[in-house]
Amino acid sequence: MNLIGQVITVVRKDLLLEWRGKGRLISVLLFGVVTLLLFSFAVGPDSTLLRAAAGGFLVLALLLSSTLGLSESFRVEQEQRAIEGLLLLPVDPIALYYGKTLSNTLFLMLLAPVLTPVALILYSVQLDLSGLAVLLGLWTLAAAGLSAPGTLYAAMTSRLQSQDVLLPLLLFPLVIPVLMGSVKSITLILTGDPMSQVGSWATLLASFAIIYWSLCGLLFPHAIEEGI
Amino acid sequence: MTRQFKWDSGLGLLGLLLLFVGSYIGLFVAPAERYMGEVQRIMYVHVPCAWNAMLLYTLAFIFAIVSLWTHRAKWDAMTTAAVEVGIVLNALLLVQGSIWARATWGVWWDWDVRLTTSLILLLLFAGVLALRSFVHDSGRRATWTAIATIVAFVDVPLVYFCVRWWRSLHQVQSTPDTVAPMMVVPLRINAFAILFIAIWMMAQRARLELDRRHQDQVAEPERLAPVGGSSND
Repeated sequence: MNLIGQVITVVRKDLLLEWRGKGRLISVLLFGVVTLLLFSFAVGPDSTLLRAAAGGFLVLALLLSSTLGLSESFRVEQEQRAIEGLLLLPVDPIALYYGKTLSNTLFLMLLAPVLTPVALILYSVQLDLSGLAVLLGLWTLAAAGLSAPGTLYAAMTSRLQSQDVLLPLLLFPLVIPVLMGSVKSITLILTGDPMSQVGSWATLLASFAIIYWSLCGLLFPHAIEEGI
Repeated sequence: MTRQFKWDSGLGLLGLLLLFVGSYIGLFVAPAERYMGEVQRIMYVHVPCAWNAMLLYTLAFIFAIVSLWTHRAKWDAMTTAAVEVGIVLNALLLVQGSIWARATWGVWWDWDVRLTTSLILLLLFAGVLALRSFVHDSGRRATWTAIATIVAFVDVPLVYFCVRWWRSLHQVQSTPDTVAPMMVVPLRINAFAILFIAIWMMAQRARLELDRRHQDQVAEPERLAPVGGSSND
C-alpha cells in the first residue's frame, strides 16, 4: 500500500473509532459550549463588549477544546497497548503521523458547526453567508495549524503521567501565531474589515500550518523510534 | 571528561573581569543619554543579555539537530545546557526590560513586540525543560528534548512577525553611527563578557548533565521493574 493509502487507512480507523464511541466528540463539544458560556460571564452582559470579543472567545474555545481532543486521540491508542500493535504494522511512521493529524484536524473542524452558532447567538453577532464561509475557511486553517504540533506532542506525552499539564504547556506558547492570526481574522469577519486585512492573517495561518505539517512529519518518526 | 572542559573556568573568569570593566565604563565613563538620562545605562546589560539569549537559543537549535542526527549524549547535554542558560538570560532580559519600561514608558509591562516575543520565547523553551524533566529513559529524553527544541526554535520568526503585526512600541534600535563612541565600547565589552560567562555556565551545565547520565546508567539495575510490570514513564 502506498503512503496515501496508508494515511487514508489511519484516518478511516480513527473516524470509525470516533463514530462508534462518539463520547470524545460530544464531551469536547460540550466543553467548548461551556467555555463560551463562561467567557460571557467573565465579561458581563454588555453586548457591545461581548460582540467585540466574540472572535477571541470563539478561538479560545477551539484552543481549549483542542487539547482535550488531541490528548484523547493518543490516549485511546494506549488502552490495551493498541499503539504497540500499530507500530508493529508495516505502516510508515510518516503515514501514521499524517493520518492522525488529518483525523485530528477533521475532529477540530467538526467543532465549528456547533461552536459558531452558539457564539453568534450568545454574543449577538450578525453574520451573512459569505462571512460564514470565510469564517469556516479560517477555522479550517486554525484547526490544521493546531493539529500539526498538537499531534506530535500528544504522541510524545501520551504515556507520561502529567500529560494533562504538559500538552498545554508545550502547545499553547507554540501556537500563539495561530491564536493571534485566527482571533484577528475572525474578529475582522465578525466586526467588519474595511482595510482588507483578513487575507494577510489567513496567509500567516496557512504558513504556520504548512511549516509545521512538514516539520512535524519529519520529526515524528524520530519521536516514536524508541516507542511511545 | 573534566579535562575536556578545562578551558571554561578561565573563560568564565575573563567574562567576569570584562563585565566589571564594561559595567564600570557604562556606569561612570559613558555619557548619559540625552532624553532618558541615567536610566539608559541599563542598556549596557540589557542589550548584551538579549543578543546572547538569542545566540544561545540558536546554538540549542543547532545542537538539537546534531543530537537527533548522532544520538550522542554529549550533544544532548549541550542542547540542554544552551536552553537552560538561554532561559536564564531571557529571564534577566525581561526583568531588565520591565525596569527600563517603568522608567521610560511609565509601566512595568507593555505589549511591545520585542517584550512580548521575549516572554513567549521564555515560555516556549521552559516547556522543553518541563517535558525533559518528565522523561526518565535517557535515550528517549535526548530525542524528545531535541525535537521540542527544534519545534520551539522554528516558531521564533513566526512569533516575532505575528506580534509585530499585532502592535509595536519599542524604540527603533540605535546603530554605532548614531550614538556616542563611549556608549558603544561598554556595550561591546559587556556583550563579550556575558557571552564568555554564558559559555562557562553552559560547559558546567553540560558536564553536570553527562555526570548525571553516567550516574543513572550505573544505578539502573536497581530501578528495573519486576517481570511483567509496566514501565511507564
